[in-house]
Amino acid sequence: MFEAIAFYLFSFLTITMFFIAVTTSQALYALTALAAGMIFISAFFFILGADFLGAIQIVVYSGAVMALYAFGMMFFDTTRDVKEKQGNKFIVVGMGVLAAVLVVVIFAAPIVGDNIVALYPMTEGAGNTQEVGMVLFTKYLVPFEVAAVMLLVAMIAGIVLAGKKMDISLTLTSDDKIEEDENNKKVLL
Amino acid sequence: MDTAYLIETVIKVVVILLIFSALAGIGTYFERKVLAFMQRRLGPMYVGPYGLLQVAADGVKLFTKEDIIPTNVVGRIFKIAPVITAATAFMAAAAIPFLPSFTLFGYEVHPIVADINIGILYILGIMGVGLYGPLLGGMASANKFSLLSAARGAAVFISYEVVTGLSILAPIMMVGSLSLVDFNNYQIENGWIIFNMYGVGFVAFILFWIAAFAETGRTPFHLIANDHEIIDGFGTEYSGMRWGLFFIGEYANMFFISFVIPLLFLGGYGDGSFLGALALLGKVAFFFFFFLWTRAAWPDVRPDQLMWLCWKVLMPVAVINVVIAGFLMMF
Repeated sequence: MFEAIAFYLFSFLTITMFFIAVTTSQALYALTALAAGMIFISAFFFILGADFLGAIQIVVYSGAVMALYAFGMMFFDTTRDVKEKQGNKFIVVGMGVLAAVLVVVIFAAPIVGDNIVALYPMTEGAGNTQEVGMVLFTKYLVPFEVAAVMLLVAMIAGIVLAGKKMDISLTLTSDDKIEEDENNKKVLL
Repeated sequence: MDTAYLIETVIKVVVILLIFSALAGIGTYFERKVLAFMQRRLGPMYVGPYGLLQVAADGVKLFTKEDIIPTNVVGRIFKIAPVITAATAFMAAAAIPFLPSFTLFGYEVHPIVADINIGILYILGIMGVGLYGPLLGGMASANKFSLLSAARGAAVFISYEVVTGLSILAPIMMVGSLSLVDFNNYQIENGWIIFNMYGVGFVAFILFWIAAFAETGRTPFHLIANDHEIIDGFGTEYSGMRWGLFFIGEYANMFFISFVIPLLFLGGYGDGSFLGALALLGKVAFFFFFFLWTRAAWPDVRPDQLMWLCWKVLMPVAVINVVIAGFLMMF
């Protein structure tokens, strides 16, 4: 009974939050609703007994949305509404509903056809975290490593793009030196 | 799910809520007294004996003060931000075993709300979400200094989370579990983790301790609150109990992290005897006192210094620590 209550409560909350994130024109509402929705999704993992994935969902997405906040802070005055260009609303809503129905059909079809079989049965005596590790380092080792390499490439690209003057540390430079540089800059301008 | 379990859980939740919101208030009294003695002052003296009732006076003041919502703020976000800080602090406490299990009127009580097998990950994740409070409060305030404080909050969050996660990786590898109860049981057999594995545990302990200061936003990493600008950062526009909720969240977090550090590295409550429970409370008291001691003794660092420290010093040390732990366990 508790599982059913929790499921419907968190489905309602998650859908509401993402609905707000899509429809509002206030950047702060959108970001907060997005973060809340991501955290509410973790509840489904907890209900299904996948504690590890639930905790990872919270850790990863709270950090990811935090980075979005940083962008929001730079690009918008977050206390004002954002003026959005509104296209044909009917097309947007229609396409959205169509896409949602399509996703549900794709995922529901194998369940209706009753073809879903667990490929990796539970190992005796292994906890939730260990199970994830075992599957990750045996069956899905190649995707895991490819993802790691991709992240490394992205990180190096990020450092190269953003890292001009990274060899100069403001922390280690003396205050006089910084002031001198600032003054020189003014002379040049 | 039987009724006895349900009632037990509800009682535990209520007890933890009451004790730690009261402790948060008393924590402010301790902080004032400790800071005062270290600065050769007396601290609160007028309300009650030795100023003990100052906590009650502050509470009355906070509860009865007018709750001002300034114009131009983003109303709903502004109102909900302090609640996030306070609520997440208490949510994180669900996976902390506060005392060894004991028998009360013939009924065995486990002083932990939910012994989930991912304990420490859950605690750190939820505590991380707690930093959304200052961030949202600062961004919704329509105040330049608050916005500045929110930006610092985001920078601090992104910097320290990495260090916290990497520093506990080595102890997790030793124990082979994420539950704090398992951490405690491991340390009964193998000794405290800080003395384990030729100093790997000790390095992890120091790294986690430093990151704990950033996690709770205490001096020397108190830069979210813009102390040097003589304002209160994200709290500038807040008044009354909404401001008080930020405070309760911060102090509850300090207490909870003071529980987590001994449980992770210093043997926790040991074998579960009465003496072990007292030892845990003693360790908690020391770590809480250390937070106050640091505040009296050290200035705040600059945001760029904190990021330099986290990314260029602590993170490489943590990674090397994990690699060494791996080699030691393999060979």
